[in-house]
Amino acid sequence: MNYILQPWPWYVSGALIALIMFLMLFFGKNFGFSNNLRTLCTMCGADKYAPFFQFDWQKQSWNLFFLVGTFVGGWIAANWLSAPDYTVAISTQTVEDLKALGFSEPVGFVPESQFGIDALSNWANVAILALGGFMVGFGARYAGGCTSGHAISGISDLQPASLLAVVGFFIGGLLMTHVLFPLIF
Amino acid sequence: MKNIKFIIAGTLFGIIMYKSEAASWYRIQEMFRFQSIHMYGIIGLAVAIGVPMVYFIKKREMKDFTGAPIVFHPKAWSIPRYLFGGTIFGLGWALSGACPGPIVVNIGAGFPGYLVVLISAVLGTFVYGFFRNKLPH
Repeated sequence: MNYILQPWPWYVSGALIALIMFLMLFFGKNFGFSNNLRTLCTMCGADKYAPFFQFDWQKQSWNLFFLVGTFVGGWIAANWLSAPDYTVAISTQTVEDLKALGFSEPVGFVPESQFGIDALSNWANVAILALGGFMVGFGARYAGGCTSGHAISGISDLQPASLLAVVGFFIGGLLMTHVLFPLIF
Repeated sequence: MKNIKFIIAGTLFGIIMYKSEAASWYRIQEMFRFQSIHMYGIIGLAVAIGVPMVYFIKKREMKDFTGAPIVFHPKAWSIPRYLFGGTIFGLGWALSGACPGPIVVNIGAGFPGYLVVLISAVLGTFVYGFFRNKLPH
């Protein structure tokens, strides 16, 4: 049980992600999470505004059930499978870099100052979260997939397009982290 | 109740994303600063297992649980689509500290800030769909 309550090492996690991909293939589906965002648009009536959303969303309902499971999994892991005083142990160099930007010492799973309930009354913070989410949703659909669809499924299938998408993920991520973070935070 | 298996697979995925810390904002910052092997190990190992797995599924013409052939959908090549789309995605991934799966994991884990991220991601998807035919693909 102790092994479950501790954070899982990368070599366990990486193998389990491959197992999930196999499970989805065995279920006759291709593993890709961000398609759900398009399905949610259609369910909210976006098909009246753009042909991109005109499809039978019920054919994608399996993926929404996967999404519901993902929510439940996050809840179970945080509430039942983790120590209460748990903090993500990142490299000391990252801690120093984040402190230099004005972030406090890491506490918990993600920074409360950005994602906790009180952070929702900080409008500058909400604007940052909204901008981040907007680019994730826009970019995932523009690139035809996210980390699961391209970095995991697509590269496992040796798709050159997925490799280019992942190169793009890193161009954007490095630009944000090293150039834009010092301007935003 | 044919969808229960997807709920179970999703639950396992959510637990793995949390317990591996791949859904942690801190780990994403560490990854984009190249200060630990952690995230590269997770994605690298998943792909190192995934490549031979997909190869054998194709070579043996394996079937899914209903007996239908397992099919893969090749992605049409394009430079602007994957480069621009990928870069925009990467900007958002680093800023919010989560890609789409982990956004939902964090909502389940009890971080309401990720509700803002999720709603905005749906909005971003809508704006993409609305302007789709004006963008280079």
